[in-house]
Amino acid sequence: MDNLIEIRWHGRGGQGAKTASLLLADAAFNTGKYIQGFPEYGPERMGAPITAYNRISDTPITVHSNIYEPDYVVVVDDTLLETVDVTAGLKKDGAIVINTTKSPDYLKSVLKGYEGDIYTIDARKVSLETLGKYFPNTPMLAAIVKVSKIMSDEAFIKDMEGSFKHKFAKKPEVIEGNMKAIQMALNEVQKI
Amino acid sequence: MSIRERLSGNEAAATAMKQINPDVVAAFPITPSTEIPQYFSTFVANGAVDTEFVAVESEHSAMSACIGAQAAGARAMTATSANGLSYMWEMIYIASSLRLPIVMSLVNRAVSGPLNIHNDHSDAMGVRDSGWLMLFSENNQEAYDNLLMAHRIAEHKDVLLPLMVCQDGFITSHSIENIMLEDDEEVKKFVGTYKPEHYLLNKKEPIAVGPLDLQGFLFEHKAQQGIAMKKAKDVILDVSKEFKKWTGRHYGLFEEYKLDDAEIAIVCMNSTAGTTKAVVDKLREKGIKAGLLKVRVYRPFPTEEIAKALSKVKAVAVLDKSDSLNAAGGALFTDVTSGMYVNNVHVPTLSYIYGIGGRDVPETQIEKVFNDLTKVVETNDIGNPYRYLGLRTKEVE
Repeated sequence: MDNLIEIRWHGRGGQGAKTASLLLADAAFNTGKYIQGFPEYGPERMGAPITAYNRISDTPITVHSNIYEPDYVVVVDDTLLETVDVTAGLKKDGAIVINTTKSPDYLKSVLKGYEGDIYTIDARKVSLETLGKYFPNTPMLAAIVKVSKIMSDEAFIKDMEGSFKHKFAKKPEVIEGNMKAIQMALNEVQKI
Repeated sequence: MSIRERLSGNEAAATAMKQINPDVVAAFPITPSTEIPQYFSTFVANGAVDTEFVAVESEHSAMSACIGAQAAGARAMTATSANGLSYMWEMIYIASSLRLPIVMSLVNRAVSGPLNIHNDHSDAMGVRDSGWLMLFSENNQEAYDNLLMAHRIAEHKDVLLPLMVCQDGFITSHSIENIMLEDDEEVKKFVGTYKPEHYLLNKKEPIAVGPLDLQGFLFEHKAQQGIAMKKAKDVILDVSKEFKKWTGRHYGLFEEYKLDDAEIAIVCMNSTAGTTKAVVDKLREKGIKAGLLKVRVYRPFPTEEIAKALSKVKAVAVLDKSDSLNAAGGALFTDVTSGMYVNNVHVPTLSYIYGIGGRDVPETQIEKVFNDLTKVVETNDIGNPYRYLGLRTKEVE
């Protein structure tokens, strides 16, 4: 299980963190990996903090528990940074990816001296420019794929095109916007 | 050719039901099994199955409708969880005593109260003596495979008992994972057509189903149910052998994972078995001879076989995801230890109650159990055999 990658998602109910974790599982599955994608269910309601998880591996995964020492953490909503211990157990040689426009100094202070890499992306801007609405999950999905290098950009883009065509079969007008969001997010995510 | 897919446990169960295409499905939604009838009703609406879907007003009616349908000569299925199963309880006994091979997908969840929608096995344990066959599933694959085998086992003339396939609520029911699916036509061929010997709609043989059964006969009828339960063991093994020939996937009454030369072993069911395998691997790398016995067939309980499989280890821990609240250990623990005693196997055995109400079960908890077992072996002192795992002990004292 040396090749195992574990990811923890933090978001708020309604932002699509769970869906993003399932889409990531899908994309990794399509490149031949063994995958798990699961949310931690609580009292679900719009705006409440939620957690979702991914395990991605070249070999079968048998563990069925939450993830306590993730390789990567994705924060879909930066208002969680001060209330949720998002770097809990996060490996030093891993990274955290945050949807934010806050300053690097602020981020370093709320992340309590996390020593690993910190990446940011303005998923709101990406989403508004490409989709005209605020759906942070598609850009965040692209950002974590870029940072974790689970697959190449090309393989990811090709796969997402296929799954959007399937997912939005009845709403083909949104496919182009989502693809643009992915392209833009792959370019915009950056290390601070 | 198996088909590589990724599905949640609920999707896997619904897919199996679609491929089985039963005559009748009657169900009432309850978390975390709701998606199964939900997906299935889509299959009905899309014409993917020609099942009569009965959207009942309660679980009591769901089981009643299944009983009526199966007694009439149809193949009936349902899905439920926790309090849904509790609400069926009266009819659960009727189904088994009428020898109706109904198949249920039970997505395990804590029985309230106070209200909790998360996983433990208290729902299944509440019906363990009701005369239903009970198969437990580690993951989505096993939930799917067990359902594909279910009708062949339940409908066998030596058995004729209802069967429930259990899987862990949320932990596997809502987790997307890899799975190998089988071809629709091949499933159809394997499951076969339901040909009941006696049924209500057979006008050539008018029969009564479920009449008064007093002092003169009930005893004999109950004993017959017990005999059928015993015979089910061989049927399960035969069907599993045939299933392996078809799919390559092997199933027994239980799975032994690195148990051959193990000195310490855990016995458990469902998803925790997967986590335990990962811990066993890690301990083996350190030279610790840990092993796992994962119970698949809980009813009939493979007493002799389990006792034999555990006879060479030095200490055993039995993990129950349901507290029997009897001051005498969990249900699986009492089944395992009584089986060992009767078969003259005397291995120090600990009872652990764990994972209640969805309390997460990380690898560290399983490691703790193996550490405890090592200590029992080293000190030759079992200490308190009735233990909790992952409990904030101070808060309950």
